[in-house]
Amino acid sequence: MLLDKTIAELAKGLRNKEFTSVDLIEECYQTINQVNPKINAFITLIKKPDVLKIALQRDAQRTSSSSPLHGLPFILKDTYNTKGILTSAASHVLNGHISQYNATVYQKLLDAGAILIGKMNMDAWGHGATNENTDYKPVKNPYDTSRVAGGSSGGNAAAIAARMAVFGIGEDTGGSIRNPASWNNITGLKVTYGRVSRYGCIAYASSFDTVGPMGKTVEDCALVLETIAGKDPYDATNSPHPVPPYFEELLNISSKDTVIGLPKECFSEGLDLEIKKSTEVAAKELESLGFRIKEISMPMLTYGLAVYYLIAPSETSSNLGRYDGIRYGLGREYFTPETRRRIMVGTYALSAGYYDAYYKKAQQGRTLFIKEYEKAFTQCDVLLMPVTPHPPTRLGKAVDDPMQNLLIDVYTVTQNPVGVPSLALPCGFTATGLPIGMQLVGKMFTESLLFQVGHAYQQVTDWHKRKPNLIEAA
Amino acid sequence: MNNYVPIIGLEIHVELKTKSKMFCGCKNDPFHAPKPNMYTCPVCLGLPGALPVANKKAIEWTIKLGLALGCEIPLFSKFDRKNYFYPDLPKGYQISQYDQPLAVNGFLVIPSVVEESNLSVSGVRDPSTRRFTPSVGMTNKKRIRITRVHLEEDTGKLLHATVQGKKISLIDFNRSGVPLVEIVTEPDIHSSEEAKAFLKKLHQIVRYLDISDAEMEKGSMRLEPNISVSGRRLAVSGKRIELPNYKVEVKNINSFNFVKKAIDFEVNRHIELLDRGETPIQETRGWDEKKGVTYSQRIKEEAHDYRYFPDPDLPPMRWEKSQITNLKSQIPELPDEKIIRFVNTYQLPEVDAIRLTENKELADYFEKCIKYQVSSIKKNEVSAKDTANWLLNKKIHIVKISPEELIKQIAQAKRKVTVDPGLLQQVLQEVLLQNSKAVADYKAGKTGVLMFLVGQCMKELKGKADAQEICAKLEETLKT
Repeated sequence: MLLDKTIAELAKGLRNKEFTSVDLIEECYQTINQVNPKINAFITLIKKPDVLKIALQRDAQRTSSSSPLHGLPFILKDTYNTKGILTSAASHVLNGHISQYNATVYQKLLDAGAILIGKMNMDAWGHGATNENTDYKPVKNPYDTSRVAGGSSGGNAAAIAARMAVFGIGEDTGGSIRNPASWNNITGLKVTYGRVSRYGCIAYASSFDTVGPMGKTVEDCALVLETIAGKDPYDATNSPHPVPPYFEELLNISSKDTVIGLPKECFSEGLDLEIKKSTEVAAKELESLGFRIKEISMPMLTYGLAVYYLIAPSETSSNLGRYDGIRYGLGREYFTPETRRRIMVGTYALSAGYYDAYYKKAQQGRTLFIKEYEKAFTQCDVLLMPVTPHPPTRLGKAVDDPMQNLLIDVYTVTQNPVGVPSLALPCGFTATGLPIGMQLVGKMFTESLLFQVGHAYQQVTDWHKRKPNLIEAA
Repeated sequence: MNNYVPIIGLEIHVELKTKSKMFCGCKNDPFHAPKPNMYTCPVCLGLPGALPVANKKAIEWTIKLGLALGCEIPLFSKFDRKNYFYPDLPKGYQISQYDQPLAVNGFLVIPSVVEESNLSVSGVRDPSTRRFTPSVGMTNKKRIRITRVHLEEDTGKLLHATVQGKKISLIDFNRSGVPLVEIVTEPDIHSSEEAKAFLKKLHQIVRYLDISDAEMEKGSMRLEPNISVSGRRLAVSGKRIELPNYKVEVKNINSFNFVKKAIDFEVNRHIELLDRGETPIQETRGWDEKKGVTYSQRIKEEAHDYRYFPDPDLPPMRWEKSQITNLKSQIPELPDEKIIRFVNTYQLPEVDAIRLTENKELADYFEKCIKYQVSSIKKNEVSAKDTANWLLNKKIHIVKISPEELIKQIAQAKRKVTVDPGLLQQVLQEVLLQNSKAVADYKAGKTGVLMFLVGQCMKELKGKADAQEICAKLEETLKT
């Protein structure tokens, strides 16, 4: 399959006219037609003739200086505004909401010549870890369609795993890129807060929301981040920090000078034994590449969920205030029970008399996380952690148990309050063939280092090259 | 007779006249927009995914206003979200400032008419001019404390109309996101006159800073007094008055006079209630300018819970002291300083200086006149006082008449006055004798020739006379 290739390989093939964008689009739509009905990854699939027309133009326009993303089919989580196209955040509250403008990340990809083929299913408003809190029916895991794809960027992950698109843009507020990346055997990056513009991304929790790439490999994510990162005058929280040439820098690392810390709290009670083993084996693998492995302690992490589930709902209760159905979309009665719960919790936490006990306390907790991570990074350069405590759940299991749903995020909710980047990448499979991922967490704006470590790992492992049997069957 | 003391605080909203809106690049010109909803974008329409970016100029202007009002400028400030639902508020929250505003603890010195204010205050008004004359009060100055000055965004505007027989509400978002400054005073005001004096002075400062049109009719300056009446007499100024356990807010007032009237109306209403042993209800009232009464709008049910929290979309603001000093240096000379300088430099009476500085344009015009007269007219021919008199008493159109022109007029007028009445009479007689035909024409009813005769006289007098005076004298002579 052409879609098995990395972005760099595809770009080269396109440039050398070994194949065309039209060929790529044809292959994507063939896979989509065969596989999507089984996994339900799309909310909007752009009409094939429209996409082919663009692909033809791209093929004609291509020059040696074209972006590596030029002519490549990609997907967006349905939280990104795309002018003239439905943007629903997977909620019927935004039924029929056609975007009036383009999100910055989308515009940058269009400018690079990439071709949007679809808007993807997700947990409505980003509220969820299994992609079951959606008004467009759950996304199923391509490795086992009786299980969830993970969330909230589940449609993206499942579609990339199933070779329906070359790469995608997810959004991570507390694990929403990393969790589905792990459960679908793909690579996904939660960027440093401020690294990529949030303009045009429907807000879940504004101070946690990050816009990041999802792809098959680390190097794919590096190429996409290079394109989408950078200063945007439309986002006041966006950073002017220079964007390094991530792809070029992939090999610029000295493994023996890089210390990888394993927080022991992440490997204790509550972690699935197969995930624990895979992650430890991955650590050994990295050690064999020359990286220094060190066990460290981050006791504060245990308070992650408590802090996260006060600040994120508080912000979301305010962010969702605009969806009143007066100017666009439908009324508030269309919010799902999970979203209503988060609005209620957040409204309560911000109320007079409770603000100090909940919201303010949580913000103080957030400051302690920042210190905890600072301390950890005096002992190591990169942290290695599991992404989820267990493999993908069976459909319906987590959604019936809201608490269980929250617990899925236990390892991914502390990075967002701190702002640090985290790269999730495949590191194994369970005995039953379900994907397992791990995450590499770094200091602010050390995406390059995370890519380097992740890339080194992917050079000696082939977990990331596996794909679901579903495609073979199709 | 009565022992009641009105306790009044003011809340004033001023729309800044920055080029663009507070959090987006849209044009900030809601009052001149040819069509509704034309100055809008995803940000000020509250579309999904849009983000605010703060307008630097608006922040600087607010700090300048704070400095002009004697405020402290904390080196840290932030924007907060004020969450509430209303159809004119597209995001479901207003970006405002809660506990850390841009400026705090200021004051404004106003002319105070009477030390101990009570209801007879209106009697102090000058009956002949029916005008509040600040000069009276300047001898009796009063400091009104300013609690805070903060920056927020304006809302859209609702229009309730009947279209095709159906009652509907329309929203115009041209005003949505316009920078809006809120100024809040302590309840230091004890009469409607003081309230009006405060507002006039604030308005003057805002105009001097050139940061807002502050037009009340249009709503770019909005006034909200909160009023209560204390039963205890204010014994000595400066002593704390016990604040009543209620207050009434009056909204939507669009002139200083209406503020005064609304306060007087409310104070009377409260006193009537208090006299009966009742306590006025804590509520928000509106002002009906036609009837000259206030009316109940909403009783304060439970206190509103706006769930304020720091806006995560806007990084907090941190200032260096040098930045504040720099802004301070950009503040133009304000009325109070100008009055003192005018009195000292030009030996003007304080009352003239106050009136000349009422607006900056007039004050600047006055000074231009002074400069011109020094360079082009004979020394001391036109004094500063002459100029002031003309500007203040003759309704000079300062846009149409240049300072140079005005000085010439004044000089000429002054020269005219010096024409000897004997000489004038002599010239008149000579002109009449030499123009017997014109005289005959006039007597035959061709009164139009009068102006010709006036011109002849002026020619003889080399223009050093008052044409009107000559005209009158001529008429008088010709009639006899």
